[in-house]
Amino acid sequence: MLGFLSFIPRAVGQGIPLLFGCTGEIVTEKSGNLNLGIPGVMYVGAISGVIGSFFYENKVGENGMNGFLAIMIPLFCSLLGSFLMGLLYSFLTVTLRANQNVTGLAMTTFGVGFGNFFGGSLIKLSNLDVPTIALSKTSAYFSATLPIADKTGWFGKLFLSYGFLAYLGIISALVVAYILKKTRVGLHLRAVGESPTTADAAGIDVTKYKYVSTIAGCMIAGLGGLYYVMDYASGIWSNDAFGDRGWLAIALVIFTIWKADIGILASVLFGGLYILYLYIPTGMAHMELKELYKMIPYVVTLIVLIITSMRNRREDQPPASLGLNYFREDR
Amino acid sequence: MKTKVREPKFHLVKRDDLSRYQRVLIRLLSIVLALILCATITAITTGINPFEVFGSIVSGAFGTARKTWITLQDLSVLLLIALALTPAFTMKFWNIGGEGQVLVGGLATAACMICFEQKLPSAVIILLSVIAAPLAGALWGFIPAICKAKWNTNETLMTLMMNYIATQLVSYFIIIWEVPKGSGKIGIINQNSHAGWMPQVFGSKYMLCILVALITMVFLYFYIGYSKHGYEIQVVGESENTARYVGIKVGKVIVRTMLLSGALCGIAGMLLVGSINHTITTTIAGGQGFTGVLVAWMAKFNPFTMVLSAFLIVFMDRGAGEIATQFGLNQSYADILTGIILFFIIGCEFFINYRIKRAEKHENKEGSSC
Repeated sequence: MLGFLSFIPRAVGQGIPLLFGCTGEIVTEKSGNLNLGIPGVMYVGAISGVIGSFFYENKVGENGMNGFLAIMIPLFCSLLGSFLMGLLYSFLTVTLRANQNVTGLAMTTFGVGFGNFFGGSLIKLSNLDVPTIALSKTSAYFSATLPIADKTGWFGKLFLSYGFLAYLGIISALVVAYILKKTRVGLHLRAVGESPTTADAAGIDVTKYKYVSTIAGCMIAGLGGLYYVMDYASGIWSNDAFGDRGWLAIALVIFTIWKADIGILASVLFGGLYILYLYIPTGMAHMELKELYKMIPYVVTLIVLIITSMRNRREDQPPASLGLNYFREDR
Repeated sequence: MKTKVREPKFHLVKRDDLSRYQRVLIRLLSIVLALILCATITAITTGINPFEVFGSIVSGAFGTARKTWITLQDLSVLLLIALALTPAFTMKFWNIGGEGQVLVGGLATAACMICFEQKLPSAVIILLSVIAAPLAGALWGFIPAICKAKWNTNETLMTLMMNYIATQLVSYFIIIWEVPKGSGKIGIINQNSHAGWMPQVFGSKYMLCILVALITMVFLYFYIGYSKHGYEIQVVGESENTARYVGIKVGKVIVRTMLLSGALCGIAGMLLVGSINHTITTTIAGGQGFTGVLVAWMAKFNPFTMVLSAFLIVFMDRGAGEIATQFGLNQSYADILTGIILFFIIGCEFFINYRIKRAEKHENKEGSSC
């Protein structure tokens, strides 16, 4: 029981960045845009928040920090960074009709490079006399939990021990699921993703829907990066620490068969699989087995991908125009 | 009764009337613009004169004979990977699993080198690697291909997952083979015996990769452009329905092409392990499986043009690395510059494929001469 109690919060902590990335990518893919730039966007979201809070912390000093600003500045910077990435992707693929796979991969190259470059060079570029980027003060605001979390025993530990971004992630997944399933906007968005020609004929502004959903998706995904660095990593940036979580988020989209509400549980499951190797006793003699356990999330995704394509159920399929650009005069 | 009809001021038309010369000109222009932007950004971050930036980039890539050789070697590896992906892309099979296919190829080579060090002569080990590495890569390409052929599984996502499975597989074997125990890395394999190290060609350790890349380039040019297999690949890429109608077995073509694609990636992995690094790490492919996609796409899948696009990427990479070292910046600086250039090249395709046409006025109420 004790192991379980410590396992779940850590699985959730690992799962939340995936949840943000997955929710964002679902919104994007529903419009027919396969954004393989999500890993890059999440790096940019993370580093933008770090840059914002780094300058704020060093400007006002540790004591002069205002809790509201300490949260809002990184949050705003992060959203701005991923907004710009989303805008770039939309401009290239929707307006200029560039190949989506290529644009996405270029965005990932750029975004990961951007994150690691500023993560590694921020101190030198800003000429500030600090040893490392450790935003522990800001992080304390981000990971602050409700005061009752400690007093409610196992319940508090399982459900209340997370920073506000974690709850924001769950809420955003629920909101996205609701919008996609129940509202007219969601219906239009799905129509755009399934068949832009039909949607266009029905008077839906395809370009607008693609732009808005891709940018919104990127902004949601960027928050995943922010959560990771500010809450999970306690405000300490280290290069490449975010790793391949962005790709895992894209895998999660397939795993959840494009349903944002399933994403909540699935991301916790993936988060759990991601750290499962820490909890499986292997003994010192067989450390190599841990590496095989780390393979599990990818193998599971692969199997789900194959099974959904084998069963070929119509409601489990990707949006029909996924990866294809819409040009009205094409036939 | 008046309904307002908004007419867009302009609309887009597809074009295919540009001459070869104009197409090249547009691409060159976009690269020049991208380079100007890169230089400006570098000047702002490092404070050096934008013209000196280019000087540093050139000296980073070609400053000394050794630097030039390494640039050429990097170029040939990237070129080989991009070439390997080309047959798959020509049939519109989005193989972004080059990374994984390279890794398993490298893993197979490392396995041959480590397991047979004492038991077999070096030449036999090399022969085994030459057989095992393409087989491993081909297997990694075969799995997504057979799923695509049988059940139409999305190949982009599937090859992506195969990358990470390969990465974990490599780190599994690294821990098994690690020297010394607990260090988490292998170090130089067979440092003393050199068993299984690829031979030097023309007295240079860099020439082997360059030769292999050149041979592959010529081979693929003829394979895709002038063979029956290549023709089938092209037809499947243009339209699967057409291919089926004329009696091409699409599934068979997909599997056969991915076997080739994976095998070539495996050879790239073999060169990385057996000829260049003599060790294996999980990052030995260094993202080139993804960069290769971009290189191949930039060259419009023409094997010869790929030399230029691969050169552009490697040149910027090595040059930006030099700038980063000089100014104590992070090595990822190269990725940012590469990203910017890619965005410009991706964007400029629009001006090659489309024309912006001003809308014509449909009616003229004043009746003025127009």
